[in-house]
Amino acid sequence: MDLPCGTFNDSYAKDMAIVRTRTQWVMLFMLLAFMVFLPFLLARERPDFLFLMNMIGVSIIAVLGLNILTGYCGQISLGHAAFFGVGGYTTAIFMNKLVAASPLAASWVGLPVSLVLSGLVAGVVGVFFGLPALRVKGLYLALITIAAHFIIRFGFVNWRSLTGGTDGMSVPGAQLGPIVFASDRAFYFLIFTVVVIMVLLAKNLVRTRTGRAFIAIRDNDLAAEVMGLNVFYYKLLSFFIACFFAGVAGSLWAFYLLSVHPDYYDLMQSIMYLGMVIIGGMGSIIGSIFGVIFVRSLDHLVLVYTPALSDLFPAIGAKISAGLGMMVFGLIIMLFLIFEPRGLAHRWQLFKASYRLHPFSY
Amino acid sequence: MTLFLQLLIQGLMVGAVYALVALGFVLIYKSSRVLNLAQGEFMLVGAYICWQFWTSLGVVGFPLWLAFPATFVVVFFMGLLVERMLLRPMIGQPVVGVIMMTIGLLFFLRGVSTLIWGGPALTYVPPILPSAGLQLGPINLSLEYIWAFGITAALFGGFTLFFKYTRMGLAMRATGEDEQAAQSVGISPRQVYAASWAIAAVVATVGGIVIGSMVSISNFMSDVGLAVMAVPLVGGLESVLGVMIAGPIIGVAENLSVYVDWTHGGAKEVAPFVIMVIILLIRPYGLFGLKRIERI
Repeated sequence: MDLPCGTFNDSYAKDMAIVRTRTQWVMLFMLLAFMVFLPFLLARERPDFLFLMNMIGVSIIAVLGLNILTGYCGQISLGHAAFFGVGGYTTAIFMNKLVAASPLAASWVGLPVSLVLSGLVAGVVGVFFGLPALRVKGLYLALITIAAHFIIRFGFVNWRSLTGGTDGMSVPGAQLGPIVFASDRAFYFLIFTVVVIMVLLAKNLVRTRTGRAFIAIRDNDLAAEVMGLNVFYYKLLSFFIACFFAGVAGSLWAFYLLSVHPDYYDLMQSIMYLGMVIIGGMGSIIGSIFGVIFVRSLDHLVLVYTPALSDLFPAIGAKISAGLGMMVFGLIIMLFLIFEPRGLAHRWQLFKASYRLHPFSY
Repeated sequence: MTLFLQLLIQGLMVGAVYALVALGFVLIYKSSRVLNLAQGEFMLVGAYICWQFWTSLGVVGFPLWLAFPATFVVVFFMGLLVERMLLRPMIGQPVVGVIMMTIGLLFFLRGVSTLIWGGPALTYVPPILPSAGLQLGPINLSLEYIWAFGITAALFGGFTLFFKYTRMGLAMRATGEDEQAAQSVGISPRQVYAASWAIAAVVATVGGIVIGSMVSISNFMSDVGLAVMAVPLVGGLESVLGVMIAGPIIGVAENLSVYVDWTHGGAKEVAPFVIMVIILLIRPYGLFGLKRIERI
């Protein structure tokens, strides 16, 4: 294990602890303090910075789910954005109905209830589309999830009485009793509170019996079945958990944007989520976070520098804004797959190891 | 009844074009077990390159008959390059990595083609396929569709013979079946993979040119590429015959979905996917795919 020299675990609790040494505790609290102060540091010069941070937070939740599904359980999903959308639409429909029925109840329990409810509904929808996982796997499953994506989006667009069709829906503002989440900064704290909870949930989930069952299924699902695992149950469970995460993230995003619309949940988003999992590192919780930060920041950089580039090459100015982001994203994925298929998480491991062993090479 | 017949015939013709596009998926999958999600982008890039030779260089006197061979040579080498640079490092990697690699390629090619040819949709001038209408009893047909059908049929005939009688075709099938066994009888998988990618790129280009001259050349073609994904899955990923049958099935289903459509055209987009999911649930390897027996 990657523990510093002289650290010994003399009880089971110590052996299982996530944070082991005093240095790690100090680092953790420094990180948390930094996260608390972050919105006050940069927000004034760059108002889009908080938007980027909130986007990163929401994406982290969704990508954690996808990493549990794809990285830990080995079931490829290219329809994650659709489940994210199911969460958003659940929130929109539920909150609109609740506000109409009782504004007081909506202001107190609306937010937490819709977060959980969105997760559950997205989870159930995910289980439904995960059912084919019993019979098909690998490539075929990936394509079935693409099909699921198109079918769910078809539902968003065409079930007009429920979803408002291509007009989308508005979502009432998020509120917790007297606390109104109206500014980017307020949302930052809300989103990252949920992120911390979800990260803890995911981190602990993957080391339970369930998580180990997922890993066994990923490595060889036939062998897992022979060992006595109920593969069908665990595959569906992985779909449920992944889509629960996506639903919670979608709910937060709907509250943040105050609206839902079919166009927020296109295939590009689904693919970007999978790209984040790959870039961050499959089968790694910290990797999910790295992957999201990397891809979203890059995306944002491209967005920021596009106007400058368009001025530089006026002949193809309009084309740059349409094509550059896609090109860079595709290039990054290809480069990562060739040169670092284990993702940023692996680089982080290497860095930690070299730091710990510093004067020596091993 | 006339409407039904019209939709049916048109669906068959469109299905033939789908089958043509789907043939590219099958060619690559058959030899290397890689599903190239970027096939739609191959179509797009091929169609654009052909446009470059046909329309934009045609103005300055580039001989038109040379446009097709020139295009095919360019995309042939593009296919080789993609295989060598991107797919060779992925041999032995998990399937999600391979899928993501083709998705990365998809975005890269889409971005590049937007940067070069983006903007309004392009059309071939002068038109490549004749576009006159054709009256067959009560049914109205465009001549383009018949051309597309003819090209597809010819290509399918060619590839059926190719896989049956030529050395390379047999080597591709053998490699797809069992790479190690193929190596042990002296087949070079590298050559096989390279050849299958190059040929698939050319086939995709033919599909791209056909669709481009029927409609126009723009990004929508890559969406066609995604929707057509349903065809090889329904037909079975290894089967040329399966694609030939599944293409028209999907085309007809798409067209006939207007009968159950309470939305306006929305059902047409999801019909291929719904059929795909249903077929895969009943027959997980498609109608004519090989069922693989897995061992631990």
